[in-house]
Amino acid sequence: MGWALVAGCSKAPEPAATTGNLYLELEPTVGTAPLVLGPTAYPTGNGEQFTISTFKYYLSNLKLQRADGTQYAVPDGYFLVDAAQPASQHVALHGIPAGTYTGLSFVVGVDSARNVAGAQTGALDPVNGMFWDWNSGYIFVRLEGTSPASATGRYKYAIMGFQRPFNTLRTISPGFGGATVAVSPAHEPEVHLEVDVQKMFVGLTPMRFATVYDSEGGASSVQIADNYAAGMFTVEHIHPN
Amino acid sequence: MSWLRVGLLASLGALVLNLLPAWRTGLGPTRQPVAVPGAPLPRQFGKPVYAPAQNPPNRSTFELGRRLFYDARLSADGTVSCGSCHQQARAFASPERLSRGVGGRLGLRNAPALQNLPWRRTFFADGGPKHLETLPLAPLTNPREMGTTLADVLAKLNADSAYARQFAAVYGRRPISSYQLLRALAQFTAALTSAQSRYDLHVRHAAGGHFTAAEQRGQALFGAKCGSCHATDLFTDGSFRNNGLNRRFAQDSGRVVVTFLAADRGRFAVPSLRNVARTAPYMHDGRFGTLAQVLAHYDHGMVESPTLDPVFRGPGGRLGIPLTAAEQRDLLAFLATLTDEAFCQAPDFADPGRRAGEAAFAGKRTARSSRAAVARR
Repeated sequence: MGWALVAGCSKAPEPAATTGNLYLELEPTVGTAPLVLGPTAYPTGNGEQFTISTFKYYLSNLKLQRADGTQYAVPDGYFLVDAAQPASQHVALHGIPAGTYTGLSFVVGVDSARNVAGAQTGALDPVNGMFWDWNSGYIFVRLEGTSPASATGRYKYAIMGFQRPFNTLRTISPGFGGATVAVSPAHEPEVHLEVDVQKMFVGLTPMRFATVYDSEGGASSVQIADNYAAGMFTVEHIHPN
Repeated sequence: MSWLRVGLLASLGALVLNLLPAWRTGLGPTRQPVAVPGAPLPRQFGKPVYAPAQNPPNRSTFELGRRLFYDARLSADGTVSCGSCHQQARAFASPERLSRGVGGRLGLRNAPALQNLPWRRTFFADGGPKHLETLPLAPLTNPREMGTTLADVLAKLNADSAYARQFAAVYGRRPISSYQLLRALAQFTAALTSAQSRYDLHVRHAAGGHFTAAEQRGQALFGAKCGSCHATDLFTDGSFRNNGLNRRFAQDSGRVVVTFLAADRGRFAVPSLRNVARTAPYMHDGRFGTLAQVLAHYDHGMVESPTLDPVFRGPGGRLGIPLTAAEQRDLLAFLATLTDEAFCQAPDFADPGRRAGEAAFAGKRTARSSRAAVARR
């Protein structure tokens, strides 16, 4: 009871400037097919088949670009998006200064500072299964499942590492395709993004389970990160609302 | 506004009063404030990486961390606590060659000493963990160590009413979270300061710090032949080096598993040598049972490998650090001065569930046997 009171009183007064909300809807796909966890088999795009049991990733350091070249950085935002938790695929950004935005950028993963900042809460709580303990740091993208092409029948891609030369942090700037997003108290736009898992396998370095069925940092994680940085996230459409 | 503040203070006061009984039922002392062990920080170690301001020490949190450290119930089968391998009488190292975890499973490495941890940037022989607070996640979840999951540990803690009270008294918010668990554990491990050895008295010209002629010769030799790696008053430069233990490092390749860099194959953390006479066996795999064997290795036991540290390459392709028998005896005499009896016996660091004096007895026994081991040479 006392704590609720403290929390209520310590809250800063609402800023006078008008703000609004913006929502990101993240829709996982494999190519053009919607991603379904479980026994559904998908093609990698490199001649192999696979199923997906886990698909989780972090988004952080979100920034919204304005037409005049300035940007708004969403403060302290770390989002864990999990295909098994549909609610996590709706990212709500509150308190965005009213205005017209022309683009979006974000980091896939968790910035290097937070990887080594000790105990964390919320999305970064290690209880979420995205903290690698013996070589400490967050797993930025986790994709797991089965594939007949893998020697073990399974695969585990844990894309992580924030130190050179195997830094897998990637900043993504999916374009709005010339569209703009107006944020105001009257409009709560939704930006729908497709997140195409197939892009982890195709791209600069085609990934095959026959050769890489485990990636836990290092060179293969960098290759996969480079692949997904080149097009896993695309803006599908925008609801001005 | 002022009436609101008064109301706020009153409710905070009521909250604190409500929590007081929990303190009394906990294992921690009830008197406040009480000096927190490990404070003040020894100045000779320089600025800590993990400063007290990051997790301001207080006695109740320290006691909570201490209780967790010694609680075997946290492990998968209730048999292994942090303190099982990290034994106070041995400067929180393990006397077993390899650590022994749940189900009697053998680990891959010798459990290292825990001391002066806030001054370290990385942990483990390979430097994998990079923060003192998140370090315990590795032994908790390693199937060869405590073999559990973070979720299971939290479920056990939340189901235990004594823990629930003790955590609530410290953090005020339920349920017990990983954040609370890790921060409390870090208060205990950060407090494990060892800076009261005879060596420390000697360099401060304090009473009890007299060195024998052999110890003085050993100190000079140490500075000349060991001090470039076992540097500063922490007795490590914090680097990773290959000290010629293997040709291929097939069993344990060291730092390369963390960095993926070929140059790091066979490199291991340079350990602090504080309390080294207590922390046998030695090396990441516990292969040497005595310090005499360690010195013999440096003198004539090293083997070639591509990443062998250049510091060990002598003229004419000779590997190692030449040490005469007399020099080795003097070095052993000096290394024994790094033992911090007060640290190894401090009641504050002992298992709160054990009878008082038990840890001290174990410490004396170890001191006797290590003295005997030195005397035999």
